[in-house]
Amino acid sequence: MTEAGRAYSYFPGCTLATTAVDYDVSGRAVAAALGLELNEVPDWNCCGAAFPLSADNVMSFIAPARVLIAAERSGHDLATLCAVCFHVLKRSDAYLRTHSEAAERLNAFITEGDYTGRTRVRHLLGVVRDDVGWEAVKQRVAAPLTGLAAAPYYGCLLLRPQEEMEFDQAERPRVLQDLLRALGATPVEFPRQAECCGSTLVVSAPGANRRLSTAVVDSARLAGAAMIVTACPLCKYNLDQAQAGRPSPEQLPVAYFTQVMAAAFGLLEVAGPAFAVEAST
Amino acid sequence: MSAAGSTTALVVGAGIGGITAALDIANSGFPVVLVEREPSIGGHMAQLSETFPTLDCSQCIMTPRTVEVGHHDLVRLHTYSEIESVRRSDSGGFVVGIRRRAAYVDWDKCTGCGVCQEKCPFKVESAFERGIGPRKVIYTLSPQAVPNKPVLDAEHCRYLQSKWDMQAGRIPSVDKQGQPASPKCGACAKLCPTGALNWDQQDTLVEEEVGAVILATGYDLLPASRLPEYGGGELKDVVDGLAFERLLAASGPTAGKVLRPSDGAVPKHVVFVQCSGSRDPERGVPYCSKICCLYVAKQAMLYKHRVPDGEASVFYIDVRAGGKGYEEFVTRAQEEHHVRYLRGKVSRIYSQDGRLIVKGVDTLSHRAVEVQADLVVLATAIVPRVSTPAVAGLFGVAADGNGFLVSGDEEMAPVESGAEGVFLAGAALGPKDIPETVAQASGAAAKVLSLFLRRRMLETTAPAGEGMRAA
Repeated sequence: MTEAGRAYSYFPGCTLATTAVDYDVSGRAVAAALGLELNEVPDWNCCGAAFPLSADNVMSFIAPARVLIAAERSGHDLATLCAVCFHVLKRSDAYLRTHSEAAERLNAFITEGDYTGRTRVRHLLGVVRDDVGWEAVKQRVAAPLTGLAAAPYYGCLLLRPQEEMEFDQAERPRVLQDLLRALGATPVEFPRQAECCGSTLVVSAPGANRRLSTAVVDSARLAGAAMIVTACPLCKYNLDQAQAGRPSPEQLPVAYFTQVMAAAFGLLEVAGPAFAVEAST
Repeated sequence: MSAAGSTTALVVGAGIGGITAALDIANSGFPVVLVEREPSIGGHMAQLSETFPTLDCSQCIMTPRTVEVGHHDLVRLHTYSEIESVRRSDSGGFVVGIRRRAAYVDWDKCTGCGVCQEKCPFKVESAFERGIGPRKVIYTLSPQAVPNKPVLDAEHCRYLQSKWDMQAGRIPSVDKQGQPASPKCGACAKLCPTGALNWDQQDTLVEEEVGAVILATGYDLLPASRLPEYGGGELKDVVDGLAFERLLAASGPTAGKVLRPSDGAVPKHVVFVQCSGSRDPERGVPYCSKICCLYVAKQAMLYKHRVPDGEASVFYIDVRAGGKGYEEFVTRAQEEHHVRYLRGKVSRIYSQDGRLIVKGVDTLSHRAVEVQADLVVLATAIVPRVSTPAVAGLFGVAADGNGFLVSGDEEMAPVESGAEGVFLAGAALGPKDIPETVAQASGAAAKVLSLFLRRRMLETTAPAGEGMRAA
């Protein structure tokens, strides 16, 4: 595929349109820098926010199915940045692909078109790895992040269940490490890199949520990280909240992988506060 | 087929199962061809420190048998050899092609003095020592090896590699003065008192004609790379059960001292993880590996013997100690040796500040637990040898979805295969301990003997020239 031909249907999702605009902005900027064309899904709606666990109720698939159908009509792969959206869309697609009866019932409800399973749900990190490649990323680096000890934090939704997400090895993921290396940074292995941050427990059980998030931050700090890198807006929110009361020298900045890429690409205006601080010191 | 061939048995695999079967048959007066892939016989039992439930020294109870089979007049031993082809003879027997790998040592000249091993300057990781200790490039598996003749690992041999590089023109074959260069090293050949090194040795093919076959190809352990949540093989102080046997064994790299691989320190807390990959249909294997509950109890006990002030903890799903004296053995580990048993699965093992953290759940107290350990032993699942299904296929024997051999009838004819004249024994059929393997091997040998005796009887009573046909 030629560089100009790398076009994707892009689904920002509610979080990136509201509280995580910086993820969206940096994501679009680095995609453009790598020659990836992101076409926002027209008239998109929420992905559903949670993969329906009671799969017998097909109505709960309407939200993701409508997004999948819109992407199908564009003829391109569907790319997302939000790990939660990626999780919901990818698994919904996998479910509908293998349950034609459910797809049929949904198609009867959705008027804009039919779900036929022609699109592929991708995370932009996977697009960078598989379609762009680390060599091309290295070539685009303007300011290598030499000496930056960054802890790659995956959380769980991006990876699990491994067979359905088809993204990376759930127990021992590598993609963020490879990215960080391509950007000149030093990935810091830490034991909680693929443990849950507490996710939506922040609403229902804030105490438990805080315990989990704090454990992730402390584990990264103990391993010698100067920064945590994530691909999930919910993870970033939780990790930031867990550190909110701490004096600032004890806080570990949490950056989206797209912001880290932006910093290495020299796109400092979208690289976020973590790199602004570093630039000023 | 010749009359001799029709009553010669082939035994594939010379672990304790294959050795037992071979001895039972040979001691009844029938010739045996015994084929082993490794340079010497003994299989996994040769790696073990002590056996359960008697705590016998494994080498000590095995060596009389390896020596007997190695010197038996009726046993022809092919080690460092693999079955390459099998063809049925007209009379229902087998013509078997055996490939003996080049050892680069003429075993007829070699006296087994060991100078070559001692003087070889290169060390590589030893599969036999399970990563705990190295071996030389020219090596035997152990000092008690039968046959006690070394093989040379061409891939890591400085001499052979430089010789081949010169022949292929990858490095110059003349020195700076324009004289023909000689390959590097060659210490073993220079020092061998009998000139047994043979740099031009090739694989050799032999054909053996046999009347019955016993497949006893044994087992392996699930590779640690299949368990990424337990470090995937990258944490030095997370070892598998066979590696821990080597740490306990007096003949092992540490001479029986329990020292952790990373820094040689004596571990003060050893955590054992049972069902590492067993009974885990999603990520490991669906079946119970059967021997782990007992060998973990044994290893924990032996560790406490070696390190009396050390602590041993065992994570288990449940203890399956079905067997004579087995439950009592586990109880002994718990009550007399104070091995701590924690009922629950381990979810993750990682290193932090030089120690290992074992995260798991204690389902009796309903609590998530994090245990600090100096050494972790994974009782990884028993799996068949990778090559087993292919070797069995040559003989017309099927393997199941897990790669274990399938009996003709699992209940009533467990040691018979679906192929006529082919019998099965040991862990190649499924996870099995030593007593059970030995019993099964004797069972398979008895089947072969009854077949041979029937043939001999028909031979002596049938009209001349008709004997073999009738068999």
